[in-house]
Amino acid sequence: MIERSGIQATRRGVLVGGSASVALTTLPLGSAEAAPAVEPPKMKVSLQVNGKQATLELDTRTTLLDALREHMHLTGSKKGCDHGQCGACTVMVNGKRINSCLSLAVMHEGDKVTTIEGLGMPGNLHPMQAAFVKHDGFQCGYCTPGQICSAVAVLDEIEAGVPSHASASLTARPQASNAEMRERMSGNICRCGAYSNILEAMHEVAGTDVAGARA
Amino acid sequence: MKPFTYERATTPAEAAAAVVRHPGAKFIAGGTNLLDLMKLEIEAPQHLVDVNTLKLDRIERTPDGGVRIGALVDNTALASDERIRKDYGVLSRAIVAGASGQLRNKATTAGNLLQRTRCPYFYDTNQPCNKRKPGSGCAAIGGYSRQLAVIGVSNACIATYPGDMAIALRVLDAKVETVNAGGQTRTIPMADFHRLPGDTPHIETALAQGELITAVTLPRPIQGTHIYHKVRDRNSYAFALVSIAAVIQRDGRGRVAVGGVAHKPWRVETAEPAMPQGASAVASRLMAGAKPTHDNAFKVPLVERTLAAVMAEAKTA
Repeated sequence: MIERSGIQATRRGVLVGGSASVALTTLPLGSAEAAPAVEPPKMKVSLQVNGKQATLELDTRTTLLDALREHMHLTGSKKGCDHGQCGACTVMVNGKRINSCLSLAVMHEGDKVTTIEGLGMPGNLHPMQAAFVKHDGFQCGYCTPGQICSAVAVLDEIEAGVPSHASASLTARPQASNAEMRERMSGNICRCGAYSNILEAMHEVAGTDVAGARA
Repeated sequence: MKPFTYERATTPAEAAAAVVRHPGAKFIAGGTNLLDLMKLEIEAPQHLVDVNTLKLDRIERTPDGGVRIGALVDNTALASDERIRKDYGVLSRAIVAGASGQLRNKATTAGNLLQRTRCPYFYDTNQPCNKRKPGSGCAAIGGYSRQLAVIGVSNACIATYPGDMAIALRVLDAKVETVNAGGQTRTIPMADFHRLPGDTPHIETALAQGELITAVTLPRPIQGTHIYHKVRDRNSYAFALVSIAAVIQRDGRGRVAVGGVAHKPWRVETAEPAMPQGASAVASRLMAGAKPTHDNAFKVPLVERTLAAVMAEAKTA
């Protein structure tokens, strides 16, 4: 008999239930006499999220994204494709942006994670969040937390001199230009097509014009 | 995803031994490709050995004037390294032409080499695929094959190796250093690292079960213009239809490797003496024996045209 209590078929439950439903289907189905299901392996992991220390005991299959959303209730980071293609799950780990859906939580022992909630909250917005509001950098908002985390990291990467496919020279310092920022944001997909407004928000925070010159 | 047990490795040889000890075990580093495949149950390891603790994340000079790149150096760090940008520009260019910023921050040097094909029939578990399920057949042959291989193909598989970094490593004559469970090390030239599909497309590299990549080494820098030119359906965050890694001298001599056309980075050293004669002379030797499908026949002339663009760029550089 499969224990179904505690799983409610709400819209949100259906949307986020990917990992839970996979876990259910791996249990032996069929007769009540079936051998008792073996508990999937669990492990403890300690990490710092938005400045707060957390210790969780998780099924080893839990992604960092699911740990944040389902176990720490930080639902700002979104599950879009769950395959590292859309960028909605982007968070910063030890100062670098990654796709949290393509990373196991148990692989983050001792790491420092910053989510959209850690960048800023209503009343205390990060400058990038305020610029997205000002420039209308979103419509439905689903990709926005990932876009903002990525945008903040992109400006850091340009500042640090990380080259991109759009950089004319590998040795000159990259500029916060339209071409550079568009290329560097290509791992964040927005179905509403808010890209040009996102770019304006990024220019505002970078203090640059379309060519990347300091405004 | 199927359940699995997990451990953190202590030393490279112990990591190799752990994978040999557990049936169905795999190494995990960045995880950007492996976890994607595990979610689809195309990969279903019963045990994961996390190698991130092995401190193989340094880039250092070698005594012969080359560079040793630790297996765990992430793609962003490698493309950004001052020595790589200055002396091995084709490698920096190839890396930043691939994936997204988020993925490059996590993907490692060794993991990038080992990424699996993006053949749509490898990903579709309802279809036969000799790579995913040996002996089941190949749905790509006779299927939608626009993205797939045109040379070095077999009756069992027409998948392409999807990466960009490895194409540059091939043109640079890189070598892959490994360790096994017994602690023995060996060095594999890039030319021999990836295999053609033949009758065993599921065996993709020269690595033995449990053999762990510890580093990739580059020989002394090669003078000349370093170019990586990637042709794809959109200009960012897409796999190559055709890509060319080249190092070209002022007199037109040089070397070239091609991505997106074969099961491995495609380089034919005997085609390279024709470089001063132009793209057509090189491409006809490079792509001799090509067996494209109706869908991907365009890739053969595209190799020549891309090479012509690369040669023109080298002249003006």
